[in-house]
Amino acid sequence: MSWRNPTQLRPVVVTGLLLLSAACIAVGVWTDRPARAAARDTESDVLEYASPLEMLLSPDGARLYVLCQQSGEVRVLDAASYAVLKNIAVGKTPRGFSLSADGKRLFVTNSWDDTLSVIDTGTLEVTDTWVVGAEPSSVVEDRAGKHLFVANRISSDIAVLDAETGVEEKRLLGGRGVSYLTLSPDGARIYATHIYPNQSQHMTELGNRNVPESEITVIDAARAVVVDRIPQHAIAGVFHLAFSSDGRLGAVAEYHPKNLVPLAHLEHGGAFADTLTVFGADVGAKPVEVPLDELERYAAQPFGVAIAPDKSHIYVTCGGSEMVTVIDVPRLLHFIHARPRPESGSYAQDLSASANYVTARIAVEHNPRGVTLSRDGRKLYVANRLEDTISVIDTRTNRVASTIALAGPKTVNILRRGEQTFYTARQSFQGQIGCASCHIDSTFDGLTWDLEPDGFGRDIVDNRLLEGIKGTEPYKWNGGNPNIPTECGPRTEMYFWRAENYDWRKLSDLAVYVRTMQPRPNRWRLASGELTPAQERGRALFVRAVDKFGKPIAEANRCSYCHSGPKGTSQKSFDVGTRKATDNSGLVDTPQLINIALTAPYLHDGTARTLEEIWTVYNPDDKHGRTNDLTKDELNDLIEYLRTR
Amino acid sequence: MKKSVVSSFLMIAMLAVVTQLAFAASAVSTVALPQMPRYRFENFTTASGLPNDHVYCVLVDGDRIWAGTEDGLAVYENHAWKTYNTKDGLAHRAVLSLALDKRTGDVWAGTMGGLSRISGGRIDSYTQLNSGLSNDVVYGVGVDGEDVWTATAAGASRLNLHTGQWTLYNERNTPMAEIWAYAVSATPSKVYYAVWGSGILEYDQKTGRWDKYDDPDGENEMVLFKDQGLIHEIVTSVSYVDKILWVATYFGDSQYDGRYWHNFLTKDSGLPSNFTNIVKGIDGKRAWFGTDKGLAYYDGVNWAVYRPSLTTGKPEMTVRDAQGKVTPVAVTTAPAHNYVLGIDFQGSDIWVATAKGLSHGIRQP
Repeated sequence: MSWRNPTQLRPVVVTGLLLLSAACIAVGVWTDRPARAAARDTESDVLEYASPLEMLLSPDGARLYVLCQQSGEVRVLDAASYAVLKNIAVGKTPRGFSLSADGKRLFVTNSWDDTLSVIDTGTLEVTDTWVVGAEPSSVVEDRAGKHLFVANRISSDIAVLDAETGVEEKRLLGGRGVSYLTLSPDGARIYATHIYPNQSQHMTELGNRNVPESEITVIDAARAVVVDRIPQHAIAGVFHLAFSSDGRLGAVAEYHPKNLVPLAHLEHGGAFADTLTVFGADVGAKPVEVPLDELERYAAQPFGVAIAPDKSHIYVTCGGSEMVTVIDVPRLLHFIHARPRPESGSYAQDLSASANYVTARIAVEHNPRGVTLSRDGRKLYVANRLEDTISVIDTRTNRVASTIALAGPKTVNILRRGEQTFYTARQSFQGQIGCASCHIDSTFDGLTWDLEPDGFGRDIVDNRLLEGIKGTEPYKWNGGNPNIPTECGPRTEMYFWRAENYDWRKLSDLAVYVRTMQPRPNRWRLASGELTPAQERGRALFVRAVDKFGKPIAEANRCSYCHSGPKGTSQKSFDVGTRKATDNSGLVDTPQLINIALTAPYLHDGTARTLEEIWTVYNPDDKHGRTNDLTKDELNDLIEYLRTR
Repeated sequence: MKKSVVSSFLMIAMLAVVTQLAFAASAVSTVALPQMPRYRFENFTTASGLPNDHVYCVLVDGDRIWAGTEDGLAVYENHAWKTYNTKDGLAHRAVLSLALDKRTGDVWAGTMGGLSRISGGRIDSYTQLNSGLSNDVVYGVGVDGEDVWTATAAGASRLNLHTGQWTLYNERNTPMAEIWAYAVSATPSKVYYAVWGSGILEYDQKTGRWDKYDDPDGENEMVLFKDQGLIHEIVTSVSYVDKILWVATYFGDSQYDGRYWHNFLTKDSGLPSNFTNIVKGIDGKRAWFGTDKGLAYYDGVNWAVYRPSLTTGKPEMTVRDAQGKVTPVAVTTAPAHNYVLGIDFQGSDIWVATAKGLSHGIRQP
């Protein structure tokens, strides 16, 4: 072959260019370059999607209120024609809404600016904006119109407000990350659920494994006090709860993590059970947990629940599986009462169970969340959060009768595609899990996991918050992954999904989405930006170079050395004396400190249940910073400062 | 015959006079005895369901009664006792103090191993290792608004329930000479600490400043001048009500109205013992005292003491009037033991924690 002959040269050049392109793409992906380039593209192309999260029908059924998370609006649609009547701007990242007892006011919780918008449903204007607690996520009014109850996700409490003035009267202790409130049909009780597990009393010997414990908090609406807590054993992530109209049947959507077995067991159903706990007079004295999953048909990330007015069916949106699961209630109750009941009250491990009561799985669009039924029960509205659409399902045929497209960008940009990839369970074996199964609402899950790459039973690791992760590489607690594409790509594909890999574009989308997650506002910082006296004293301890005895503290033993920079990480690994018998190495990647107050438990394997325990229990030799010279009040100051990071 | 008739008449007349005098005397006696509350005491011990007879504290929560014992936190509801212990999440089995958050219904328990919050059946515990609590030995606890105040063996702590912030108060930032804080009374205006060996500490909620009240006689066990100031430095209990401060010490008790002190000793009051474990004010005039020699009530003038007799062990009630006259009152019941550690009220009834059981004093007409 002569190199002088262009016709002979062309295939070689083309082949070479193709190989070069492939190599460039490969190198680019592995070095994060496409992600960065795409991120730049995205930054100049910020699109404001609606992201419908929740829906409500007006009492007369004439209006459909749609809560749009990303655009910060309530969109009011004509329930017959679906024409837009009005778009009402509310606060930042609204998460929950409900109508007042008389239907004249619509209350909206704005989770990122800690406010509650009050909308007059007559004028469709915002009439008040009340300052409330940290990350308000749900709101209900009691029947008497006396009190508003607001679930604050960050402070894990339920604020009781004067319904007329918005003045807070008190706060009730909720479960950790309390986020969803439901008023019982008779108005007597309010049921609160939470997304992170409560601190467990029962730990394994090494102190880094536990079966999660959650609860349904039951509030007496008239007295505004907690009267009961229904235990949710082995549950971490409890979402919407609904009642039948006669109040005899309650149902709540939940994640049932199997975090005591290695995550490698996906092919054996070993990561999550997606379940529904049912309770009430129809069920019996004790609640019963039933799975929604079926072999090869998982119902990943169950979220919204609606029960038909005639109590014939329960509808559950499954955000990761992009479908609505339909349960035949008589068959479900027959299953519960006819079968021998496990002592735990849970059938979660039985993948054959759901065939007895799940009668349909209706495909909808990306990340279905909120769900509501028409008054006659014939139409089921489903908010497809990452598609900006509402699926209208005919409940007689269990088919999508129509799809309402909400106004917004027509382009699906890289961030939106990345977020869809983050939430979907399509990528994993049998569609069992998605990134968001562990990173609930793009955060974390409060659990420790045994990931296979390090060996079964080895290197138990705490799940970390993703917000602000950009610029904190390497990733993993052992610092083994140099960049996000590696973290999200081969590692996730091989060890988590155990199924098909991402194509480069999907991986880039995902990496860009993860890289651009913005930290939520820090609730411990003063609005002025100044530090309180305690925080200022704590900051001085954080940066100090001399201990209380006047001795210099070695550079590597100062808080500010390892936890340096704006995100609180030097991006290097250190041995801070926390190695357990099951750990392969004592070297641990320095975690970022962003919003560290939210992310208990702590240390690489979650053994420290609180920030205090990092130093009071797990730093006996001062290897995790020089702290043993501090008094208790000085340690408290240090923690007050850390909470501002 | 005439003589015998006359003498009979005289005898009848004298009898009538004597009877009348007796009635009159009786009437005088009834009027003179101060009308102090009378109770029929029902006592609870391990035999009736308590987990332990050593009852350190008692808390009335509507129809529920909480008893902090040496072996768990017991709650009496619907005529039955239920006990929470460490397996349920309680910080320690020995419960030394209790407080009710009246707004939320949550109960706070100070124990020998930390502070526990009991809310709707769930127990969360805070220790010196897992939280900012100053010390695990929590002698006293009080709730005011969003703040939970604790008296511990290493000073005072305040937990803000909204922010989760712990603030510690000790010899470094208050005039607390000793850091053995024994009890706390938290109100919207003032927070008072009883400090064992360091008098009374006062925190002004408005200004955020601390003040201190000491025994003007210092550590001298003698009271040189009566009503000069706080009776003693070893303060065991404090109760602030209607802007009146009631103080218990191991060497007598005090009352302070913001300007004047009034002290109580056995020698000049109806207090059954100077060794007082607890004081609980009803209002600015009236208070109850738990001593090592019985339960005492002061109505502003008169005293009543309720106890098993120190000599016979039989139920005993005595009333001391303003002149110092002590009159026994016939009773058939008494608190379970003379060593009284805790007091709380349920309407007109009283609940008393003692070293040998819990007593329910049911008010008699």
